[in-house]
Amino acid sequence: MIELDNIAYSYGGAELLSEISIRLTPGSFHFLTGPSGAGKTTLLKLCYGALLPTSGQVRLFDTDMRRLDRDQIALMRRRIGVVHQDCRFLDHLTLAENVALPLTVSGRDLAAEAGNLGELLNWVGLSARSDALPPELSGGERQRAALARAVIMSPDLVLADEPTGNVDWDMSQRLLQLLVELNRMGKTVLIASHDLALIRAAKTQVQARVLRISNRRLQLAGADL
Amino acid sequence: MIRGALSGLIAGDKQADRVVPPSGFTAQLTLFAAGAMGFLAVFALALSLASGRLADRWADELARSATLRISAPADQMTAQTNAALQVLRQTPGVQSARALSDAEQAALLTPWFGPDLPIETLPVPQLIEIVETPQGFDAAGLRLRLSAQVPGAVLDDHTRWRRPLVEAAGRLRALGLISILLIGAAMAAMITLAANAALSANAQVIEVLRLVGAKDGYIAQAFVRRFTFRALIGAAVGAFLGVCGVLLLPEASDEGGFLTGLGFAGLGWFYPLAIPPLGAVVAFVATGYAARRTLRGLS
Ligand SMILES: Nc1ncnc2c1ncn2[C@@H]1O[C@H](COP(=O)(O)OP(=O)(O)OP(=O)(O)O)[C@@H](O)[C@H]1O
Ligand SMILES: [Mg+2]
Repeated sequence: MIELDNIAYSYGGAELLSEISIRLTPGSFHFLTGPSGAGKTTLLKLCYGALLPTSGQVRLFDTDMRRLDRDQIALMRRRIGVVHQDCRFLDHLTLAENVALPLTVSGRDLAAEAGNLGELLNWVGLSARSDALPPELSGGERQRAALARAVIMSPDLVLADEPTGNVDWDMSQRLLQLLVELNRMGKTVLIASHDLALIRAAKTQVQARVLRISNRRLQLAGADL
Repeated sequence: MIRGALSGLIAGDKQADRVVPPSGFTAQLTLFAAGAMGFLAVFALALSLASGRLADRWADELARSATLRISAPADQMTAQTNAALQVLRQTPGVQSARALSDAEQAALLTPWFGPDLPIETLPVPQLIEIVETPQGFDAAGLRLRLSAQVPGAVLDDHTRWRRPLVEAAGRLRALGLISILLIGAAMAAMITLAANAALSANAQVIEVLRLVGAKDGYIAQAFVRRFTFRALIGAAVGAFLGVCGVLLLPEASDEGGFLTGLGFAGLGWFYPLAIPPLGAVVAFVATGYAARRTLRGLS
């Protein structure tokens, strides 16, 4: 599904990540953890092609990311659902239109997908808010909307960056529930989070592996997590 | 790729149009620029069409002829006429020379003296019609030779003074056409600036669109469609007002000459119809270029 082969990355200065190799098999559930500033977001960006590694190879669906031109990267993005850490939306579109944005930009017929969209909004509990504009949404509503937008194209791979970043414990449990459900539907899930309590809670529900970035390297966390 | 862009442009896409937020300032700038340019283009077009017509008409009259008038006592008239024809035949630049018959001369005088005048009995000068070659003849040299050989001859080349005017009218037509080109270029420049402003104001929007898998072509098209449409509307309104302005000019008349002739004639009325589509094409090309360049820069 996705393979990182001995990659390194730096934003120009000192190396932020080095000698990183991961392999996510279809249907697996992974957490990526580490202290703030360790490079979790950076590593996810490398995974969906927003950044290219300074060395090493990223292979997504058996394709070397370096070989892709911009249009091909755009096509690749449609096969991956990404929940961004800052969940950015288009503020002039309603929540429903924002969730449907991946369909719009890939030229799908929205009328044909209206049923799916309704179901999805219902699934994340946002049916009543579908006409609200993003600035009117609460933090938790934004994160649920971001998750809905990430999965509307039924991607095989879901990458979530701090999907429970600014919500209370109950809401973070609910969001985790949604991600676990996605995994049960067969999707590969990778969640970046520094919330250890959340990770522990997840491990009671799903077979999850925990990767930790420390000292620029990636290691498999022990059983204490 | 251009065909795809064009068909997408015409087909439109309500949903796709919504992904770029409505931008008041650049929209108004584009409408205004296209409107002003459409208006100006109508006048430049009218100017160049009218000066073209004028140049053609004057050139026509020029090509016609000069006249030689021979006033001589009746007994010398035939001799002098023949001498003059002889001189003219040997003058470079004269294509043909022909003495008018009595009947033709009578016809020329009729408006002044009525049809019953017995001109055979009057000392009317003999007229010789000269048709020039395109190069024309040397009037001063001809006068000199005529004065030596045909004392009663007067060369009247009254259409000559128009020669520089024909040239001026031709230049004016060229200036009108250059103005149209400059108007198009200025419009392209303004719309490019407006499009660049819109693109950079929407850098965040573009980033979100890319994150959800939009291709650059899709994003560019959303902008291009919008600007093209605005330029079309603006240029149509501007051209319409320009045509109204031309319509308000006084009717062309023979005495008025150039100024009142500044308008459209016949099929010329259809030319302004081309201004809005041309404005749209200019906007399409300019915005497409600006969008592709900006999108390549934003990564
Ligand atoms: N565009 C950038 N240019 C330069 N440095 C950057 C850039 N983005 C991130 N960094 C730096 O790289 C480091 C890792 O950033 P990153 O966002 O990947 O961390 P993170 O693990 O996601 O942190 P957090 O848990 O706070 O989200 C940070 O020190 C950050 O300042
Ligand atoms: Mg981060």
